[in-house]
Amino acid sequence: MSGVWVWIEQVGGKAINVSWEAVGLARSLADDLGQTVIALVFGANASELAHEAFQYGADRAIVCEDATLAEFRLEPYATLVSRLAQERRPAVILAGASSCGRDLTGAVAVDLETGLISDVIGIGWEDGMLKLVRPVYTGKLLAKEICGSSPQIITIRKRAFQAPVVDEKRTGKIETVAAALAEDDIVTKIVSMEASTGQIGLADASIIVSGGRGVGGPNGFDLLWQFSNAIGAALGASRAAVDVGWIDYEYQVGQTGKTVSPDLYIACGISGAIQHQAGIRTAKVIVSINTDPEAPILKTARYAIVGDVVDVVPSLMEAFEKRLG
Amino acid sequence: MRVVVCVKETPDTAANIEVSEGIVTWSGTSPVINPWDEYAVEESLLLKEKGLATVCTAITMGNEDTCEGIKHAIAMGVDEAVLVSDPALAKADTLLTSHALSQAIRRFDHVGLVIFGRQAIDGDTGQTAVQVGRRLGWNTLTYVSKILALDVIAGTITVERMLEQGKQVCIGRLPTVISVLKCINEPRYPSFIGLRRASQFEIPVWSGADVMLDPAVTSKVTWPEVSNVPVHAGFAEIIEGTTAQEKAEKLVEKLIADKVI
Ligand SMILES: Cc1cc2nc3c(=O)[nH]c(=O)nc-3n(C[C@H](O)[C@H](O)[C@H](O)COP(=O)(O)OP(=O)(O)OC[C@H]3O[C@@H](n4cnc5c(N)ncnc54)[C@H](O)[C@@H]3O)c2cc1C
Ligand SMILES: Nc1ncnc2c1ncn2[C@@H]1O[C@H](COP(=O)(O)O)[C@@H](O)[C@H]1O
Repeated sequence: MSGVWVWIEQVGGKAINVSWEAVGLARSLADDLGQTVIALVFGANASELAHEAFQYGADRAIVCEDATLAEFRLEPYATLVSRLAQERRPAVILAGASSCGRDLTGAVAVDLETGLISDVIGIGWEDGMLKLVRPVYTGKLLAKEICGSSPQIITIRKRAFQAPVVDEKRTGKIETVAAALAEDDIVTKIVSMEASTGQIGLADASIIVSGGRGVGGPNGFDLLWQFSNAIGAALGASRAAVDVGWIDYEYQVGQTGKTVSPDLYIACGISGAIQHQAGIRTAKVIVSINTDPEAPILKTARYAIVGDVVDVVPSLMEAFEKRLG
Repeated sequence: MRVVVCVKETPDTAANIEVSEGIVTWSGTSPVINPWDEYAVEESLLLKEKGLATVCTAITMGNEDTCEGIKHAIAMGVDEAVLVSDPALAKADTLLTSHALSQAIRRFDHVGLVIFGRQAIDGDTGQTAVQVGRRLGWNTLTYVSKILALDVIAGTITVERMLEQGKQVCIGRLPTVISVLKCINEPRYPSFIGLRRASQFEIPVWSGADVMLDPAVTSKVTWPEVSNVPVHAGFAEIIEGTTAQEKAEKLVEKLIADKVI
């Protein structure tokens, strides 16, 4: 068996952060196993990204810049990774638990008939076995899981592991491979891609300002927009706010929305229903701004300001600005 | 064209789930259809109402008594339902689950579309759809927020997918496996007649032999330990002050001290 493989997911020529977090984890696993870290980099700009991967800790890179891999599509990506893995037998394959990461690893696990453990937030060796911790029941419980086959395929949750420090002097060897499928053999055709509106993605955000029914209406969300922009935070919402149409579904946090892990989650006018809290279990610090001193969210929040969103948020915005510029 | 929907039974989202003495328990609520799967069922019914599908078939895999999910699908209006159940499928990981489901799907003819929920709220893997698609060798499109066009004669489907990086429109070829998001539709409530039909419905049970499970396909992932999430101890610290400004400033100091801003 050779190597800890890590897929570097890219969007428009730039790697997404969780890929570097995965390289960091791959490095420490490879060091434990006495193996090398091999980055899999596909699509436009792949060689550039491979060099970046070396600086984050990869030893070697397998690169394919074929036009069929320009954007992620399941068939050409999975077929290539599976073919390479069948030939070279890696010990571990790692990726971020993004939509594309989950798709890719799911298909490759079937091709290799091996176990896949997704959305991992913690990892450790016990009795010579790798044990992976992941949230289950939408974060209500934690499971320690073991994969009994090889390669072990793992996806990691965004922001659960630290990205390594860049070492600009590190380099490595690039190997270029051919694509596994020709365009004619690929069924899925991408027609268009409408990029998200330049705002910080919820899953990547270190600070999230989130609003619920207590913000009072669409105007309340205008205020939260201003606040989140001012402090470089992403905007989120409860389902109740989404269901009444004050904000789009893509902002919904919780059991039937997005799962987030920010350092700071500011819940404005959110009661903290169990389904909402399920999405924010791995937030480091939760702040509640709520008129109700007994709202359920106060049971998990670290701090609370009891008061009206309309009064508290502008003051908070000022206080942030005064202290942090 | 037949549309197959895969539904799972899960604890209610409001359930307080806990581990005591190593066993997962929940209290106060009964099992329900996995909330994401209601959208999958609804989408199949909408396709039938539009005349694009002729039959809606729901499949579930689980113990002989895991029927709540599929009963809900029947009550909503699917035409047929099947439970795949076999001792060999106990504690199945997604690799084995996807094998069992794909084998069951293969037994039906004229399948044009298989619809999954985005993920099951117990295992939370969100892998089953893509793994079933891969096993069947069918075109697979996950995270679908809208079916924009479905042409049964030409054998094409156009969907909008919602990914972290934005909204993607793509065209695929039938038969297709999709997983759907909450924004795709508004699931209907079961009607009185639907509920009565569901309560009287004899759900056929297919064994491992019926679906021709391959004994070589086994679970690879185990979860020997499940534990409660360590919760932040105690109630929130309420930031006191006479004005909103004073409270805000105190809070910011604390957040700086905690190094989260
Ligand atoms: C299957 C299922 C899935 C679900 N999935 C999700 C999910 O993914 N995400 C989610 O969020 N919910 C989800 N829910 C819904 C959840 O149960 C709650 O209904 C929802 O989270 C409540 O949203 P809220 O806190 O904004 O509203 P409310 O519960 O109405 O709370 C509003 C809060 O605002 C406070 N408030 C009122 N006025 C003010 C003011 N002027 N200033 C400050 N505070 C004020 C109130 O005291 C109250 O605490 C789901 C429910 C089900 C059944
Ligand atoms: N045991 C099962 N029976 C039927 N469908 C299932 C089962 N497990 C998962 N699914 C389907 O697969 C989707 C994703 O589940 P998961 O991969 O477990 O998160 C669910 O929303 C269901 O549509």
